[in-house]
Amino acid sequence: MWDSSMTTLIVQGTFETLYMTLTSTLIAYIIGLPMGVLLVTSDAQGIVPMKFLNKVLNIVVNITRSIPFLILLIAVIPLTRLITGTSIGSTATIVPLVIAAAPFIARLVESSIKEVDYGIIEASLSMGASPFQVVSKVMIPEAKPSLIIGAAIATTTILGYSAMAGIVGGGGLGDIAIRFGYYRYETGVMVVTVVLLVLVVQIFQEAGMKIAQNQDRRK
Amino acid sequence: MRRVRNIDNKTFQKPIIEIKDLVKTFYPKSGEVKALDGINLTVNQGEIYGIIGMSGAGKSTLVRCINLLEKPTEGSVFIDGQDISTLTEKELRTTRYSVGMIFQQFNLLMQRTAEKNILFPLEIAGVEKNTARKRTTELLELVGLPDKAKAYPSQLSGGQMQRIGIARALANNPKILLCDEATSALDPSTTQAILKLLKEINQKLGITIVIITHEMSVVEEICSHVAIIDNSKIAEFGRVADIFRNPKTEIAKKMIFSQGENTPVVMGENFYRIVFDNKSSSDSVMAKMILETKCMVNILHADMKNIDGITFGQMVIQLPEDELSASRAINYLRANQITVEEVEGDVG
Repeated sequence: MWDSSMTTLIVQGTFETLYMTLTSTLIAYIIGLPMGVLLVTSDAQGIVPMKFLNKVLNIVVNITRSIPFLILLIAVIPLTRLITGTSIGSTATIVPLVIAAAPFIARLVESSIKEVDYGIIEASLSMGASPFQVVSKVMIPEAKPSLIIGAAIATTTILGYSAMAGIVGGGGLGDIAIRFGYYRYETGVMVVTVVLLVLVVQIFQEAGMKIAQNQDRRK
Repeated sequence: MRRVRNIDNKTFQKPIIEIKDLVKTFYPKSGEVKALDGINLTVNQGEIYGIIGMSGAGKSTLVRCINLLEKPTEGSVFIDGQDISTLTEKELRTTRYSVGMIFQQFNLLMQRTAEKNILFPLEIAGVEKNTARKRTTELLELVGLPDKAKAYPSQLSGGQMQRIGIARALANNPKILLCDEATSALDPSTTQAILKLLKEINQKLGITIVIITHEMSVVEEICSHVAIIDNSKIAEFGRVADIFRNPKTEIAKKMIFSQGENTPVVMGENFYRIVFDNKSSSDSVMAKMILETKCMVNILHADMKNIDGITFGQMVIQLPEDELSASRAINYLRANQITVEEVEGDVG
């Protein structure tokens, strides 16, 4: 059972997992970051109150977040096919991962930005800052340490989801764990993949915390 | 209500802030709150105008109406002759470049160095980079912190943070500087230093300053004019010296008295507050009065202060119950141009 081809498979799986996780996180942030910012600014107490948009965003985020990932994974298969041309493999998995992660990231971003002292935002408004300048020069830079911690949490969560995608042939370490460890009772493979997943999560989490601490000028 | 003055030491006075019939109503869930009710106020160019009131009187809302951080429910605000409540958002932002503001909690950007904090309003206004950098250096000099350029706010003391706040507020050469309880989070000696800096800025750069405070000592220290806000309305306003000499409303009297560190003077029967100014404070009027009228005076409190360049002495005395000798004493003092007024109840 353990031969060089298995080693190659696991190395390849690790790279697939990293590819899925990082690409999904990146795309999910491209969607989730503006969503999170809009959730804050369009709030009744925000700098550009927009009641309707705020309500719609909140509903969309809550609905997407309440669907279990496994169900979402299967439900979006037609969309996945439409975008990537296939429903299996690591590139295909990116589609459901992004859909699941973007609203989660929006909430993380929202809570990070809400931590910024309103006095600082008020001060920048008193200097004549436009809403865009308040977002780009005050909210995001001031929330940076918290946003980085949020990014570490998001990445590790997406990594966990990506392993789940193995059930529908999503590629990566999760896929290997299910195919070899679960269906073929190869406990050794199962243990190795799980250990690798734990290691990757550890590295992302630690790195995130370190960078955040380094960037924090408040202490 | 305003004291009519026929002679003013400044010959040319141009109104820079005019507030007309301002009303601000908030609608929290619990109902309707009128934070400001029919405010009329004019601040002339070059003045240091104090707005004083107890907490909750509406003074912070009032200062925020001057740069429209709070939108007035009714009424209008004129800056340099222009009604800013009619401006578009974009025009309003440009107007705000010329109205600097400093805060009680400083509100510096914690993720930026002192230098970058001062650079911030210049970035907003789109000032060219080299010009902006030069301006930042100048401002650090002006507030006396050239060596703190690279320090983050968390590495600065309260007084230093407020100095950076002042430098930041002055970056775009404003005509007006609004100070919202700017010294309330600072200790007395730092407060003195910050007030001195504000006075220098007013004199050197000719910037009109509006100071919101709950401390009469701040007003006495640097303001030329004052408006006392009570219950969402202006109770009394005018030159600080005039109001100090002759407060008309209860709230004004209360503000003037309650400033002292240890002045909860117990008020009783026949208590009078007397105020001396320049001339009379050098004369030994009290001693002469006692000798001439043979009136037994009980002195309860006395202090001296410098208000807008005039030295004032203030005293709280108790006169004998015998009406005749009490009125003799009062008449003697009034004949010597000293303000005498009876104080009742627990003014302290």
